[in-house]
Amino acid sequence: MDRLLASEHLAGWGFVSPAVILIALFGVVPIVWSVVLSFQRNNLMTPGVWIGLANYRRLMQDPLFTQSIRQTIVYTALFVPITIAGSLAIAVALNRKLIAIRLYRTAVFAPVVTSTVATAVIFLWLLDPDFGIVNAMLHHFGAAPQQFFQSTSQALFCIVAMTVWGWLGFGVIIYLAALQGVPRELLEAAEIDGATRWRAFRRVQLPLLGPTTLFLIVWLSINALQLFDEIYVTTRGGPLHATTVVVYYLYTQAFNYFHAGYATAIAYVLFLGILVLTIVELLVGRRTVHYRS
Amino acid sequence: MSVGMERIDELGGAAALAAELKTRRWHRPSGWHVLLLPVALVMAFPFVWLIVASISTLAETRTFPPSLPHGFPVQWLTNLWHNYGDAWTQAPFGTWVLNTTIVSASCVIGNLVFCSLAGYALARIRFFGNGALFLVILATIMVPFQVVMIPTLLIIKHLGLVDSLGALIAPNLVTPFGIFLLRQFFKTMPVEIEEAARIDGASRVGTLVKVVLPSMGAPLATVGIMTLLWTWNDFLWPLIAIQTPPHMTLQLGLQSFQSAHLTNWPVLMAATVMTQIPMLAIFIVAQRWFVQSLASSGVKG
Repeated sequence: MDRLLASEHLAGWGFVSPAVILIALFGVVPIVWSVVLSFQRNNLMTPGVWIGLANYRRLMQDPLFTQSIRQTIVYTALFVPITIAGSLAIAVALNRKLIAIRLYRTAVFAPVVTSTVATAVIFLWLLDPDFGIVNAMLHHFGAAPQQFFQSTSQALFCIVAMTVWGWLGFGVIIYLAALQGVPRELLEAAEIDGATRWRAFRRVQLPLLGPTTLFLIVWLSINALQLFDEIYVTTRGGPLHATTVVVYYLYTQAFNYFHAGYATAIAYVLFLGILVLTIVELLVGRRTVHYRS
Repeated sequence: MSVGMERIDELGGAAALAAELKTRRWHRPSGWHVLLLPVALVMAFPFVWLIVASISTLAETRTFPPSLPHGFPVQWLTNLWHNYGDAWTQAPFGTWVLNTTIVSASCVIGNLVFCSLAGYALARIRFFGNGALFLVILATIMVPFQVVMIPTLLIIKHLGLVDSLGALIAPNLVTPFGIFLLRQFFKTMPVEIEEAARIDGASRVGTLVKVVLPSMGAPLATVGIMTLLWTWNDFLWPLIAIQTPPHMTLQLGLQSFQSAHLTNWPVLMAATVMTQIPMLAIFIVAQRWFVQSLASSGVKG
């Protein structure tokens, strides 16, 4: 019996050892190391100097950091609801057999596999102030040309529009999968009972999509708070820091100014923010979302 | 984490959706087209305008208001030839495709093998430290990449891997989320078949490879596609870990090409098309697998 158990331990560790080594090296060690880094002044070249909580204290008085948090929140508060409302509407419309449904689905899904860099390059062209098609359309309807990514008041909204385009298909996929799980009999029963289509949707389908919506809210928020790629390619945080979001600020601190300790402290504040927001969303969600048993 | 578990519950729906995507049926006209047609046009338009710019001349992209390029079809084809040719010769796109393929393929294989092994052991083998190990893996899933990014770079430096494909492969060979996903699936499978195989004298590895994995097609595809999309489209980590063009991936290469060709829209757009064709082609061929994978893993490019 003992020998059998010993062989179980051995087999178990044998199976997990490649993963354990890799996760230890690139997961656990960096997590511990980053705690140390956030208490250091470290320029990535010379050995770091221990400075205690100084990085965190400095964060609280850093106006640009505060601004980056504000802009990240504005971005998230726009991006998440728009993506969810849009993808729900599209998913409901796509959840039927229609002529050309495959074409519609492919058009909606294709941006999901398009890289963030390519998405950003394409939107730079669409929203080019001088020769972009969007300004041409505005011109056609008699509106004045806009500066888009080069305008302090518009750039963040352009980022929202661009990332919504990139993520809509993802939300649609998630909602479609959930809609396929809603039994048709339920909707038919509601309609037989005299409910209009809209009421059947409101009262039957929508509540059943609650857990899916909660998942999307959490998942989209986590990704929104970590926005970086699109900012890097389109605006580099500008103009005048108007699109400097937390991760972009972290990146510049680490790799433009070589304040690695300070940047890691930012990362921990971000982590805390993600954690708190996720917990709040899940708690509020548990109150309002009904799960099927 | 609980989010992940709910995700898995929905795999049934994802599979149904994927199966339905395969079938093609024709039905009577419907009012839904009124909503869907404009949506599809808006979603597809950036791609259309991207391709239009890539077959225009430089002068044509510098006129306002813009229009379709002149001279269909001869001039369009000439422009196409010039723009794509220029992009191809001005930057090592071939190398970037190869690099990205090597990185993605290594990481997909690594994840399939290592996540299966670890997920299986965590689900089925009662070894010392199983529970603690699972908790550690869950904890690492929750930590955002930005927290570990700088120490990971320092580790990569110590290993002498900076500015090499190894820097892109090593940290992505195993994904804690992949282990978690597969563990949950192994847990749902009936244990009797495995026990029968074991009694017949099959080894642990033999049982896993010959008995268990063949019935895990959908979750394995999920892990594979999740890894493929993630490594193929990743930008932040290559941006930090790679410095020279010969070791760049497609996305990093495209970004460096963009900052070098800021206003040469036709050539830049040709380059963008080239970098997106491989993944779009795979996606269109394997759409139902992608849909199923995205629905159950939550990864986006």
